[in-house]
Amino acid sequence: MALNLLRIKNILKAEVLYGDNMLDQEIISACGSDLMSDVLAFVKEQTLLLTGLTNPHVIRTAELLDVSAIVFVRGKHPAQDIIDMAMKRSIVLLTTKDTLFTACGKLYEAGLTGGGNPREL
Amino acid sequence: MNSDSNKGLQGPQETPPTTPAAKHESSETQVLMKHVFPVEADDFTSAGEASGKIKNILKQLGIDSQLVRRAAIACYEAELNLVIHSWGGQLTLLLTPHEIKIVTEDTGPGIPDVDMAMKEGYSTASERARELGFGAGMGLPNIQRNASRVEIYSVVGQGTTLKITFGF
Repeated sequence: MALNLLRIKNILKAEVLYGDNMLDQEIISACGSDLMSDVLAFVKEQTLLLTGLTNPHVIRTAELLDVSAIVFVRGKHPAQDIIDMAMKRSIVLLTTKDTLFTACGKLYEAGLTGGGNPREL
Repeated sequence: MNSDSNKGLQGPQETPPTTPAAKHESSETQVLMKHVFPVEADDFTSAGEASGKIKNILKQLGIDSQLVRRAAIACYEAELNLVIHSWGGQLTLLLTPHEIKIVTEDTGPGIPDVDMAMKEGYSTASERARELGFGAGMGLPNIQRNASRVEIYSVVGQGTTLKITFGF
């Protein structure tokens, strides 16, 4: 089941760091990981990435995978240069106080399933 | 999407990695486009920029978006490998009428055991790479999963050439 980003924001009680005007985007899958190596093995369009990492490689990984939006968990707040990178690439950024486990659980419960089998590209 | 039948893995070979460009240009079809991007060792700040540019080039050419994504992923993994493992090298994009080729050439320690390097979870990456979310031993397997063909030429103590081909 697809969820739009506004619904995801409300479920996670998240703050929008960038992309307030793009919350109507539909998300069909999600991937929660702090390992970008693993994220690169999960490929689907209209995917949401949930992570506790806030370095530039999170944005680069999202760009290369066509990830629509990133949720930073555990209250992580990236530096402004990271937010600027996301702006240039039109990637929505959210931050939630939930842990990765809890955030993924809430979204799964709401009907958003996983990012797929990494072996099925 | 990919069948295993069109994937090939070759290596390690005794061929020195210093002249790979000549190797793939001499015997094959016309090169329509070529872009070369230098990649510095341990430059984690810029890592991924070349792959981002290559992705944009492929998108602007109107290449199928699924193919662009596969090429971008493999390219990023290969670029990260140069940053993490090599002493420096370059990333080359070649476009022929029916193939996208991404070639990395580096000087570096080489890959002593290519079979091990192809196994998921096997990694010799630094702590720095791991802190950034990489070095989980997924790079080469993920490149192979996305590509039509992967060839590795590596000489221990000299360097590695990786040729990744995507047919279309």
